Amino acid sequence: MAAKNTENDGLNIPNRIDALPVRRPGPVVAGIIVALLAVMLVYGMITNERFEWDVVWKYLFNENVLAGIGWTLWITVLSMVIATVLAVILAIMRKSINPVLRGVSWFFIWFFRGTPVYTQLVFWGLFSVLVPKLGLGIPFTSIEFWSIDSQNVVTAFRAAVIGLALNEAAYLSEIVRAGLEAVDPGQAEAAEALGMRRSLIMRRIILPQAMRIIIPPTGNETIGMLKTTSLVLAVPFTLDLQFATNAIANRIYKPIPLLIVACFWYLLITSILMVIQSRLEKYFGKGFEARPIGPKGQQTPLPGKTDGEPKDDVHKTNQATMVGLNA
Amino acid sequence: MTTTNIAVKATQVHKAFGSLHVLKGVDLTVETGTVTVILGPSGSGKSTLLRLINQLETLTGGRIEVDGEMIGYKEVERGGQTVLQTLDDKDIARQRAKLGMVFQKFNLFPHMTALENVMEAPVHVAHTPKDQARKEAIEELNRVGMGDRLNYYPMQLSGGQQQRVAIARALAMHPDIMLFDEPTSALDPELVGEVLNVMRSLAKAGMTMICVTHEIGFAREVADQIVFMDGGVVVEKGGPEIIDHPKEPRFKDFLNHVL
Repeated sequence: MAAKNTENDGLNIPNRIDALPVRRPGPVVAGIIVALLAVMLVYGMITNERFEWDVVWKYLFNENVLAGIGWTLWITVLSMVIATVLAVILAIMRKSINPVLRGVSWFFIWFFRGTPVYTQLVFWGLFSVLVPKLGLGIPFTSIEFWSIDSQNVVTAFRAAVIGLALNEAAYLSEIVRAGLEAVDPGQAEAAEALGMRRSLIMRRIILPQAMRIIIPPTGNETIGMLKTTSLVLAVPFTLDLQFATNAIANRIYKPIPLLIVACFWYLLITSILMVIQSRLEKYFGKGFEARPIGPKGQQTPLPGKTDGEPKDDVHKTNQATMVGLNA
Repeated sequence: MTTTNIAVKATQVHKAFGSLHVLKGVDLTVETGTVTVILGPSGSGKSTLLRLINQLETLTGGRIEVDGEMIGYKEVERGGQTVLQTLDDKDIARQRAKLGMVFQKFNLFPHMTALENVMEAPVHVAHTPKDQARKEAIEELNRVGMGDRLNYYPMQLSGGQQQRVAIARALAMHPDIMLFDEPTSALDPELVGEVLNVMRSLAKAGMTMICVTHEIGFAREVADQIVFMDGGVVVEKGGPEIIDHPKEPRFKDFLNHVL
């Protein structure tokens, strides 16, 4: 069912074709069946008494639940920020000419990607048992200038954030590395020829272009992180959304409605994150899409719409989209 | 700025990529204010020579001087002997700043507008104040006839326009010498002229230029020196008249193919 083409209405085409669309009963029948099933599902959920929507409603804005959302968001944001910074450092180390830096980066990724995040969280929870004191001194001697009990440094909250961030950094650094490698090497050469130093080239030329490729999978990772925070009870950290709803469920013996409460909030936050992601994609995609850029009315016209010359496709190498990258 | 009237002097330059011997002892002298055109079949090493001058590749043998200063290395005394020591990033960047380079594939920064492309190095390398850099960038873009496309992204420009922006970007760093690496080879035929025109006016203004190109007409008209390379060596060199009166059979052969 092709939409009617009205774009060239103003043109003088005397023998314009106005044909009937092809007959396709299949899609219509399939559409009706799927719509019917969807309506049945929603109706079943609403009318099923065992879902106990009144309980859902009662606890949807419970103060423990709202506090849980706050903690969940805070953990997500904090660990993602730390993970991103670490990931960029790891990815750059991985491409370093120094074999020690390359090796350490490789080992970090190998270890933190190769063990379950739940196990890592348990480990960080036990950190103060394993290393009771953190100190500053001369390595391999007993000289110590200053020390502190790890218990006071690695609190449950910090253990949760550290655990999630280190694990996430391992995944993200592979995403960052793929992004860096997708940038045309000619870009670095042009920048070098202009006298730019290595760090400046990374910051001003390579990273901004890599961001376009890094953002979509990082969005996925952020949403994944939001849900992974439900594992922090392994530390144990017990204030997040999942634990809060679960605690209420155990108290009133009604697990299903409280699961729905948790799902509702997770979905809402995920939806907001998706909006942020698409905004970011648009921002870092500037210059890569042949569409007018800038505020309405001041947009630069595209070639072809003005006196422009035919558009060249020499930058095809820069349009590479990443395929098949999965953390 | 220059203390000598020799802008570039390459002496017995060798370059090997692994076991592939690309340059086999090339000598080249370019005088300040002249245009040198390097001709030759693909794989003859002409682009490599250009990239060596700009230190995008490292020398395997021989030496190159730009404005009388050896590039890439410095001579130091070790145990009574003079040996070469590799320069650090900072010195290499300083040496590169004397040279502007234009690439076959333009290599404009796609995430920046034409104006931002030209301003990038003056602002972040030369630390020119932004207002002044913008003013100068607009001047450079006007010079290459791109003054009406300041806020266009490279994707929105034709190949010829992109290459002209790339030339303006290189000029913005006020180089003493401009290197052109097949600047028109990636262009549609009807767009070649606009880029050659810009290069022509640069040559007229007295810029020292080394161009690798296949545009024989341009070479005949603009060049002070023609260098024909094949198989990693300079086969023939001389004034522009050698295009019409080549001596070496290999050069004759090449000209028959491209003319």
